Amino acid sequence: MSASILPLALENVSYASAGQPIISNVSLRIDAGPSSIILGANGAGKSVLMRLMHGLLAPTSGTVSWREKDRERVRRLQAMVFQRPVMLRRSALANVVYALAVAGVSAAEREAQALAALDEVGLRHLAHRPARVLSGGEQQRLALARAWALHPEVLFLDEPTANLDPGAAREIETVIKAFDAAGTKIVMATHNLGQARRLGDEVIYLQAGCVMERAPIEQFFARPATAEAAAFMKGELPWV
Amino acid sequence: MGLIRSALLVLAFAGAAQAQDKFITVASTTSTEQSGLFKHLLPLFEKKTGIQVRVVAVGTGQALDIGRRGDADVVLVHAKPLEEKFMAEAQGVRRYDVMYNDFVLIGPKSDPAQVRGTKDVAAAFRKVAQAQAPFVSRGDRSGTHFAELEIWKLAGIDIAKQKGPWYRDTGQGMGPALNTAAGMNAYILSDRGTWLSFKNRGDLVIAVEGDRRLYNQYGVMLVNPQKHPNVKAKLGQAFVNWLISPEGQDAIASYRINGEQLFFPNAGN
Amino acid sequence: MGAIAEGLRRVLELDRELWHIVALSLEVSLSAVLIATALGLPLGAVLAVKRFAGRRSLIVLLNSLMGLPPVVVGLLIYLLLSRAGPLGDLGLLFTPGAMIIAQSVLVLPIIAALARQGLEDAWREYEEQLRSLGARELEAAFTLIWDARFSLVTAVLAGLGRAAAEVGAVMIVGGNIDGVTRVMTTAIALETSKGDLPLALGLGFVLIALVLAVNAAAQLVKEAAQRRYG
Repeated sequence: MSASILPLALENVSYASAGQPIISNVSLRIDAGPSSIILGANGAGKSVLMRLMHGLLAPTSGTVSWREKDRERVRRLQAMVFQRPVMLRRSALANVVYALAVAGVSAAEREAQALAALDEVGLRHLAHRPARVLSGGEQQRLALARAWALHPEVLFLDEPTANLDPGAAREIETVIKAFDAAGTKIVMATHNLGQARRLGDEVIYLQAGCVMERAPIEQFFARPATAEAAAFMKGELPWV
Repeated sequence: MGLIRSALLVLAFAGAAQAQDKFITVASTTSTEQSGLFKHLLPLFEKKTGIQVRVVAVGTGQALDIGRRGDADVVLVHAKPLEEKFMAEAQGVRRYDVMYNDFVLIGPKSDPAQVRGTKDVAAAFRKVAQAQAPFVSRGDRSGTHFAELEIWKLAGIDIAKQKGPWYRDTGQGMGPALNTAAGMNAYILSDRGTWLSFKNRGDLVIAVEGDRRLYNQYGVMLVNPQKHPNVKAKLGQAFVNWLISPEGQDAIASYRINGEQLFFPNAGN
Repeated sequence: MGAIAEGLRRVLELDRELWHIVALSLEVSLSAVLIATALGLPLGAVLAVKRFAGRRSLIVLLNSLMGLPPVVVGLLIYLLLSRAGPLGDLGLLFTPGAMIIAQSVLVLPIIAALARQGLEDAWREYEEQLRSLGARELEAAFTLIWDARFSLVTAVLAGLGRAAAEVGAVMIVGGNIDGVTRVMTTAIALETSKGDLPLALGLGFVLIALVLAVNAAAQLVKEAAQRRYG
C-alpha cells in the first residue's frame, strides 16, 4: 500500500482578502482517522479554511504542508464537494467519466468505474440524464459519486447540505458515512449541529477566523470550553 | 513566419482549385467595365483562345499602379499622358491604341449655365464657372477626371484656384458621381457608355457632345515581364494582339447599347 | 415598396450569375468564420482562464480590434499579398483565398473577444470545481469551451454577420472580378454605382434573407441540443 498523504499541517496560517483578515494565525494538524467537523457561524471563515487546506487558496502568510511531498499525488488523493454542486453540461455518467479522465484513468476503464460510483450513491438509473436537469439533492449526490470514483484519501465537504431539504440532506449524510466506512478521512464544514453530531468524531470550532476550540464531539457538545461556543450552540436548533 | 506561409499556401491551393489553368489579370477602368464592353468582348476571346480574362476595374490611376506593382498582366486604360509616363518608367512593353469613345457634358434640363446644344466644350465649361452652376467632379485620378482637368485648362481656368462651393469634388467612380449629380441637379463630365447604361438620371440630360476634344482614347499595354517576372507574358500578349487584330476590333465595334455604338476601334492609327 | 418588388424580380432573372455570387459569398464568409473560430475560441479561452502580465492590455487591444475598419484590413492584406509585397509570390491577390484571409483577420477579434467575455463568466462558475478535480489550465479552458458552447454560438454568429456584411475588405483584396471574386456585397456596391438601385436593393434582400436563414438554423440547432444536454 502506498503511504498516506496525511497528516496535513497548517502553521500560523493567515488569509486576508482586500485588506480584510479572514483567517488569523491558525495552526492545525489534521490526522488520518476521526471525521473532523469544522463548526462555526456564517462568516466565521469555514469556507476559506477549507479552501486553504484543499489548496484552492494560498495563505497570505504561514504554511500549509502535507506529509506527502509529491504535490501531484497530494492533489490527486483529495476531493472536495462544494455547497453548490458544479456540473458540466453533459450526462451524469459523463460528469464522473470526466473526473476520471482528468485523473488520468485509462479510457477503457473510465465508464465501468463511473458506473460503479453511480451505483454507490444510488444514481445508476439516472446515468444518462443531463446532469443539469437533476434535482439539487441528486446533483449533490452526483458530486459525491464523482469524488467517490477518485478514491480520495481526504474528502473535504463545504456545507454540502445547506441548500437541501431534510430528506435530500439525509441521503447525502448516508453517502458521507459510506465514505467514512471505506476509510476516507472526512473534513466537513457545517453550521448544522445535528449533522455535526451525526457524522463527526471531533469538532474544530472556528470563530472570526480563529480556532477557538478543538475537542471530541461529545465533549464539545456536553462541555464547550469557551463561552463563544456555548452561545453558538444555544443560537442554533439542531435537526433531529 | 514559416507557419503563416504554410497556412496561406493551403489557402492558395484551395483558391487555385477553383481557378482556371489559363487566365490573365487585366487592370482596367470602372467606366469600361460598367459600360458592359467586357461582358461582350471577353467571352469571344475566351472561346477563341481558352484564356479566361479577369478584369479588376478601378480608376485609371489605380489601374496603372496595379500594373506597377506587378499585380496585373495587362492594363487597358484611357489617359494617354499617364500611359506614356507608365511606358517611360519601362513598366509596359509597348503601348497600342485600341479604341476611343467620347465624353459628354451632362447637365440639368433647366440648364442654369445655358450651355445646352453648344459644340464648344471649353466655352461651356467657362460658362459653368461664370454662372457658378453646381458641377460634380470625379476627383479620383481616373481617365475621366484627367479629361475634365484638361478641359478646364483649355477653357483658361485654373480650377484648383478658381473653384468655389459650386464645384463638388467627390472622389467617386462614374456611377456614384452621376448619382450625386442627379441628386444635386449638377453638371458633370461623363463617358457616353456609363451615361447610356445609367438608370438613375433624375432631371439630367446631355448638354454638350461632339466636340473633338471630348474624344477619349484607350490604350493597352502588356506589363513588363522583365520588371515583373510573374507576369504571364505569352497569354497577356495574346490578349493584346487580339484586341488590335481585325477580329478584336470588329468585336469592339459591334458592341451597342440601345442600338448605339459606344466604342470606335482605331488600332490601325 | 414597388422598388423592392421590382428588385426581387430582377434578382430572380439573374439566375446562374446570382447563384454563383451567393455560393461564393457563403464560401468566403463561412470559411473565414471557420478559421476565425478555430483560432479565436482557444485564444478567448486562454485569455479567460490564464493570468499573466499584460493580460488586461491584451484584452483591451482585442476588444478594440473588434472595431477594425474593413477597408483598413483590406488595404493591409492587399499590401501583404501584392506582388510587390512580402507574400506576393503566393499569387493570392484577386482570388477568393485573399478574401478569406482578409475576412478571417476581420472576424477573429470579434469571436475571440466575445468568447473571452462569455468564458470568463463561465470560469467564475467552474473554476473551483475544475481546479479541485485537478484540471490543468489548458485542459480546463477546453472543457469550458465545450460546456459554454451554446453561448459561444452567439459569438460565432456575430462574426458571421460581420463577414457577410462587409464590402471594404473583399473589394480591395478581391477586385470584384466578374465570375471570380464578385460576392453579394461587392455586387450590390457595383449595381448601386451603376445607378441600378432596384437590382441593388433586390440583392440586398437576398443577402439579408441568407443571413437570417443561417441564424434561424443556428437557433434551432441550439435549442434542440439544449433540450438534450440541459
